[in-house]
Amino acid sequence: MFGQSILSLVIWVPILAGVAVLATGSDRNAAIARWVALAGALLGFIVAIPLVTGFDTSTSAMQFVEKAAWIPAFNIHYHLGVDGISMPLILLNSFITVLVVIAGWQVIQDKVAQYMAAFLIMSGLINGVFAALDGILFYVFFEGMLIPLYLIVGVWGGPNRVYAAFKFFLYTLLGSLLMLVSMIYLYFQSGGSFDIQTWHTTTLGMTAQTLMFFAFLLAFGVKVPMWPVHTWLPDAHVEAPTGGSVVLAAITLKVGAYGFLRFILPILPDASAELAWFVITLSLIAVAYIGLVALAQSDMKKLIAYSSIAHMGFVTLGFFMFSPLGVEGGLVQMISHGFVSAALFLCIGVMYDRLHSRQIKDYGGLVNRMPVFAAFFMLFAMANAGLPATSGFVGEFMVILAATKVNFWFAFVAATTLILGAAYTLWMYKRVVFGSITNPHVEEMTDVNAREILILGVLAVCVLAMGLYPKPFTDVMHVSVVDLLAHVAQSKLP
Amino acid sequence: MSDFLTQFAPALPEIFVLAMVSLILVVDAAVDDSKRYIAYVLSLATVAGAAFLTARDFSTMPVLALGGLFIDDPLSDVLKLFLYLSVSVVMVYSRDYLRQRGLYKGDFFVLALFALLGMMVMVSASHFLTLYLGLELLSLSLYAMVALQRDSSVATEAAMKYFVLGALASGMLLYGMSMIYGVTGSLALADIAQNLADGTDLRIPLVFGIVFIVAGLAFKLGAVPFHMWVPDVYHGAPTAMTLFIGSAPKIAAFAFVVRILGQGLESQVVEWRDMLVILAVLSMAVGNIAAIAQTNLKRMLAYSTISHMGFMLLGILAGSQNGYGSAMFYVLVYALMSLGSFGMILLLSRAGFEADQLDDFKGLNRRSPWLAFLMLLLMFSMAGVPPAVGFYAKLAVLQAVVEIGYVWLAVAAVLFSLIGAFYYLRIVKLMYFDTPHDTSPIAACPDARIIMSANGLAVLVLGILPQPLMAVCVHAIGASF
Repeated sequence: MFGQSILSLVIWVPILAGVAVLATGSDRNAAIARWVALAGALLGFIVAIPLVTGFDTSTSAMQFVEKAAWIPAFNIHYHLGVDGISMPLILLNSFITVLVVIAGWQVIQDKVAQYMAAFLIMSGLINGVFAALDGILFYVFFEGMLIPLYLIVGVWGGPNRVYAAFKFFLYTLLGSLLMLVSMIYLYFQSGGSFDIQTWHTTTLGMTAQTLMFFAFLLAFGVKVPMWPVHTWLPDAHVEAPTGGSVVLAAITLKVGAYGFLRFILPILPDASAELAWFVITLSLIAVAYIGLVALAQSDMKKLIAYSSIAHMGFVTLGFFMFSPLGVEGGLVQMISHGFVSAALFLCIGVMYDRLHSRQIKDYGGLVNRMPVFAAFFMLFAMANAGLPATSGFVGEFMVILAATKVNFWFAFVAATTLILGAAYTLWMYKRVVFGSITNPHVEEMTDVNAREILILGVLAVCVLAMGLYPKPFTDVMHVSVVDLLAHVAQSKLP
Repeated sequence: MSDFLTQFAPALPEIFVLAMVSLILVVDAAVDDSKRYIAYVLSLATVAGAAFLTARDFSTMPVLALGGLFIDDPLSDVLKLFLYLSVSVVMVYSRDYLRQRGLYKGDFFVLALFALLGMMVMVSASHFLTLYLGLELLSLSLYAMVALQRDSSVATEAAMKYFVLGALASGMLLYGMSMIYGVTGSLALADIAQNLADGTDLRIPLVFGIVFIVAGLAFKLGAVPFHMWVPDVYHGAPTAMTLFIGSAPKIAAFAFVVRILGQGLESQVVEWRDMLVILAVLSMAVGNIAAIAQTNLKRMLAYSTISHMGFMLLGILAGSQNGYGSAMFYVLVYALMSLGSFGMILLLSRAGFEADQLDDFKGLNRRSPWLAFLMLLLMFSMAGVPPAVGFYAKLAVLQAVVEIGYVWLAVAAVLFSLIGAFYYLRIVKLMYFDTPHDTSPIAACPDARIIMSANGLAVLVLGILPQPLMAVCVHAIGASF
């Protein structure tokens, strides 16, 4: 009976679950709030499963399409659908939401219901971003998700949370407002339509394309985030609670990258081709320079935040190689980074819950007290460094291959990540886990409990599975990516 | 005889309100302090009765009455219904506040209803004389309302400023009207429009008149550089009066502007468009930037009003039905948000305590999660963040501006609204991130809480389903032009 509205369910089940969690009220009912949230998150994941089982990998057309008039006054539709690019991201998001709810189980003791509800509502909104095929609908979800994230960072964050929340919100709002103007302009250029697929075929002059390219680039570049508009990310990550960091790194950054594929490349192909050098330069700076910045960090969360920026640089680099290998590599990297960064932030969360410090220097010799944890942490650190057989390797390798075909030096600079990534991640790992115990509090730390093993174990399976056999992922994407690149190859100049 | 009645029938709601005001004036004079609620109940009944009359005779096409002075069209009927709604909400929010400050007397209700009558005349005017009559009836009532708290020196000062500047603005408006009369030989909007469409060689007096009219309108709207009175009046007036001034009169002012510029001076759009562009950009800039520096919430919202009026002008300056429709949507949404946010100050205030400092909202989420959530919705709506309805209001005016090719203006508008987002976010920050320094229980009465809940949720529900209100605006403008 719900066969026709799977995407609506994927969006609205978490949101309604969030409202239900809010209804449990004050912290006296915290236990109920947690269980309702878990049930909601699991249900949200279960309703997303038919997207995989019923997905047709042989077509690039939108699937599970739903379309209804929403605001006829402006020809705006409630128009949903997924292709091989967006479907995996929805699944990733629904999956991560479950982990986030479990991760916050004991740590969050203050305003539990509001915390859980914020994550659930945000999860629904993010699914909406990936599923929306109407520009304004996309914008509503894209902006709407800022509200819960603002509250998550600001209410449950660290000491400097207010600054981080404001910076994050205003940065992203700046980009999206210019995107809104571009969308309105597209509305008139396309003869009165907010339909994204119609925009894919709208002819546009070079000046308009160039201006809109920068507007969209700002909107999505801030979210990705690309150098030099990345500065909000380390602040937000450091101050956010563990769950907030996980969602930020694993999901919201993907929203920006997704925007490149859904908007910039197909709507503005000529400007994209013309200005590819610009994006490639920024991406390479992110990979190389931010990698060096990460090396210098003393705060673990900040280190992983900078490493995220470097990894996302790979994603945008891959997209602007304009080859199936590059785009698919970027997409694989996005999903892999979703798993790996989530896992690393959860690992830091595990340590933080015990010692209440994120400083590398406060740790050392952890392996003596937490051997199981050290093993998990090792795997994720290796994945972050791009070790073969982990998911981190696949995407990076594909992007580097694609870059080699275009220009050797692109590939050369990009490949420095294999050294830098290994350097900053493993050096941090060494200082935290090995050596002798210098801080007496580390002596008191206990190893991971069953709940933490469950979360980290599931993520470890994902990381290894994707590293050993990535074909299912690339199969899902392939047809959509080829179709996308066919669009990009076509000039839209009048 | 029957002809006489047909002439008056379209003005039945106005006649009813006038009769009821006279009745309330007499009744209230006859009862003692323990029965003041009679005036309150009668006033609400008056508004309800007027709403019934307007809805019953809802017009499908424009009907001129009273010898061309008065027009009854879908635009006026829709706007009147929203005026009733907002005036009655003001009364419910204000009751406790007024009682605690010794203002719960017939005076307030009589003045509020006279102001309502003035606004009704304004939205239904089709003639410079009726427009002016309605405006003055509204303005004089508002001056008196601001000054109603006799022992407050700030309020008296605010009333004085309001009166002097308001009178100046009225003078300018009249001067401009007389110029237009000189050019066209008529005071009726339809005749003026006809006359100007046929062409005139009296360009200089015409443009001169338009300048004065636009300046007068800008004064009344509070658009920069004619905005000086707004922060002082909003700040100085008792909050219940601020709530009143900040809501319904904006709707009436919209009608006033659209009647004069959109209907009377329609053919001169190239003359007044550039003036409005300047007013709009300055209002958005000054309003949003000055609001950041405020520590008093009423003053901050006053500057925010200035910026919102700038945004609303964007729709009007498009000079198209699409533009007027979007401006109408904007002003209705603005009135809704304004009611909610000033109403929240009233709800949090109690005897001897005004919750009008920003710091009074600190930690509201701990004191009352529900009220904090409603205020959160209102603030995000003001900032134009979806899914709150404020976003669609901004979307509507922006697309009207882009349609006429003023993309740069749309870009400027969104950049100023980014600045604006900062101070709305600050309210959310105070409510959610900070701990309260005032922990006394919130003593709002149940009916005000219910209305506030409806008010706040309306912002969200209209944000998820904006179509009905948009359709109403499109229809009202389409059927009246």
